[in-house]
Amino acid sequence: MKAIGIILAGGNSKRMKELSLRRAVAAMPIAGSFRSIDFSLSSMTNSHIKKVAVFTQYNARSLNEHLNSSKWWDFGRKQGGLYVFTPTITADNSDWYRGTADSIYQNLEFLKNSHEPYVVIASGDGVYKLDYAKVLEYHIAKRADITVVCKEMPSGMDLTRYGLVRTDSDCRITEFDEKPMVASSNLVSCGIYVVRRRQLVDLIEACAADGRYDFVNDILIRYRNLKRIYAYKMDSYWSNISSVDDYYRTNMDFLNKDIRDYFFRTYPEVYSKVDDNPPAKYNPGAVVRNSLASSGCIINGEVENSVLFKKVYVGNNCVIKNSIILNDVYIGDNTRIENCIVESRDTIKAYMTYIGEPNHIRIILEKNDRFVM
Amino acid sequence: MIKKEMIAMLLAGGQGSRLGVLTSKVAKPAVAFGGKYRIIDFPLSNCINSGIDTVGVLTQYQPLRLNTHIGIGIPWDLDRNVGGVTVLPPYEKSNSSEWYTGTANAIYQNIDYIDMYNPDYVLILSGDHIYKMDYEVMLEFHKANNADLTIAAMPVPMEEASRFGIVITDENNRITEFEEKPANPRSNLASMGIYIFSWPVLREALMKLSEEPECDFGKHIIPYCHTKGDRIFAYEYNGYWKDVGTLGSYWEANMELIDIIPVFNLYEEFWKIYTRCENLPPQYISADSRIERCIIGEGTNIYGEIYNSVIGPNVTIERGAVVRDSIIMQDSVIRAGAMVNKAIIAEGVTIGEDVQLGVGEYAPSKLDTKVYVFDLVTVGENSVIPAGVRVGKNTAISGVTEASDYPDGKLDSGDYMIKAGGSR
Repeated sequence: MKAIGIILAGGNSKRMKELSLRRAVAAMPIAGSFRSIDFSLSSMTNSHIKKVAVFTQYNARSLNEHLNSSKWWDFGRKQGGLYVFTPTITADNSDWYRGTADSIYQNLEFLKNSHEPYVVIASGDGVYKLDYAKVLEYHIAKRADITVVCKEMPSGMDLTRYGLVRTDSDCRITEFDEKPMVASSNLVSCGIYVVRRRQLVDLIEACAADGRYDFVNDILIRYRNLKRIYAYKMDSYWSNISSVDDYYRTNMDFLNKDIRDYFFRTYPEVYSKVDDNPPAKYNPGAVVRNSLASSGCIINGEVENSVLFKKVYVGNNCVIKNSIILNDVYIGDNTRIENCIVESRDTIKAYMTYIGEPNHIRIILEKNDRFVM
Repeated sequence: MIKKEMIAMLLAGGQGSRLGVLTSKVAKPAVAFGGKYRIIDFPLSNCINSGIDTVGVLTQYQPLRLNTHIGIGIPWDLDRNVGGVTVLPPYEKSNSSEWYTGTANAIYQNIDYIDMYNPDYVLILSGDHIYKMDYEVMLEFHKANNADLTIAAMPVPMEEASRFGIVITDENNRITEFEEKPANPRSNLASMGIYIFSWPVLREALMKLSEEPECDFGKHIIPYCHTKGDRIFAYEYNGYWKDVGTLGSYWEANMELIDIIPVFNLYEEFWKIYTRCENLPPQYISADSRIERCIIGEGTNIYGEIYNSVIGPNVTIERGAVVRDSIIMQDSVIRAGAMVNKAIIAEGVTIGEDVQLGVGEYAPSKLDTKVYVFDLVTVGENSVIPAGVRVGKNTAISGVTEASDYPDGKLDSGDYMIKAGGSR
């Protein structure tokens, strides 16, 4: 494919509450055995993009650990490959990334030194599969300056935290409201853009010269009448992790067979870093209903309508309902957990009760001593 | 200059004919094990965990699955600039070309490969045992004894000793005598088929016995070294070790994994076992399923009931199906209402609706009374069993079978159904 990829993975979201203390949103565990950045990375490799840069900034340790080898996404190549760019101090800059456009500006050399004519920019917090080659085809057919991938959301959803677009009959974007007070449309921007590389370099340089740093406000919104900015409507599953509720709902979506089959049993695949865990084990006393369990789990208790990530230990007589248990959690005997998200590497004592509300999911952070077997 | 202190040679060319239809299209080391692994993963993981980063894998029988599984060795970190894993099939030479005629002959034909790494020691492994072992400790033992050859041996119950190759040692663990399957064993130390040779000693023996037909370690090389007066020591190993060479022992070894705290524990952080896994997604357990004492691989969907079973990755068990005491390997489908009792079902098999496997009384096998002597139903890979068929105990099925293949809709105990086809 004639494009390079950029994944914006530096962001943090306050609406992720305690979950964001530990890691950037792009590193949030999804669907038992993935991280949210896997979806963008896999779509890039499946679209035959050979060279990808990931821009990280906020709490990137977990993300860097996940990206420690590029081979899982088939980016371990002599030609191209996977690059992780964190802000660095240079002779003429000592700032962090001050915004999405600024992060691209600070790494402009990467764009300038590439030869591919196009750039695909994606965010690291989307859960989706997309063939960027199709978006590029559309981009060229429309003779667009920038193409924004959009998704029509069902009416009735609260859309005020998204970027909302309105288009003319040709799908050219006429209005773009970033996180409006009142939703003006149900077409949301997925934060995935296709743009010609030289065009992007020019836009970013002009933006920086004005002291502007944000890709959406200072490029998309500011240039919407000047440049031909088009909306590409995707009709497959797309979800964005930016709040605890989104995060909970997105994981629970994977209990739905159609969504699971779409991601895991339909070409192309989603790739992730491989952990060498043994298969999940069900001991006497395990009662599991409508749940996902990942490799390395050992289950002795009751689990219902829940998602267990890797290496979760569920003790005897436990009851876990409507909950998400992240990686490497140990749950002692006789403990009850309902409507909760349990943070990874937690150790939960025996005889504990944690109850959240269906519309107010509780986040459990428990750092207790654990005696490793 | 290239220099490796010890390299491993893994013998993976055998068919493993005693696994019946399980190995009709795949070499034994590539047979699935434990809901995720293949048998060869155990020696390969032992190698990398012991710090051995150069492994030659000798293949011959049906190597496709083995080749794709090993690849360039990424899952075991055996993708190296120098060394790593190399698959060594038999090849044509200018003056002769022959298959690997015996275990030692296979090594003899690859002397150039070993010489390339200039090793001091060569570790000989076979690809059909389940165990965790630190070969580095064994090497220390070999060096401490100034040995020419060290043979790993484990104590077996005295009454079973006559089934093994037995070594008799003096008080310094030096081997004084060998007995192959003795009627009245004088020792219970059984050879595990794991050898460390000092390379000059092995090289000399291989050259000397190069004309020996079907040259074998147990039958030729070791007796030759013994007569020559080489220092041969027994390294006693007391951990878990299982030969999975028969259907019965293969089934048993799998079933031992589902104990609450298995003797052979794959859940320990120490000494991990690595494998190539294509299936990442979690498994889904539906609201009306039941699971008791099982291990289940990634990406599997369970809608039915399973008890005391080992289920591989990406298997589907439909609503109303009941699986007991069975091993089901990856990508197989058990259709609604099927009953599976004490069966070993290989990869990519479809068991039709309402099929009953493992019913009735045990009967001796009409196919092969050496292989099929257990009350197990064995189904070869990519087989299809049509809906509604009843299959007895100690049976073997392979290939795409149709309802018309089963008179009265059943296959009696001890009977078999081997059809061509079934590979897709």
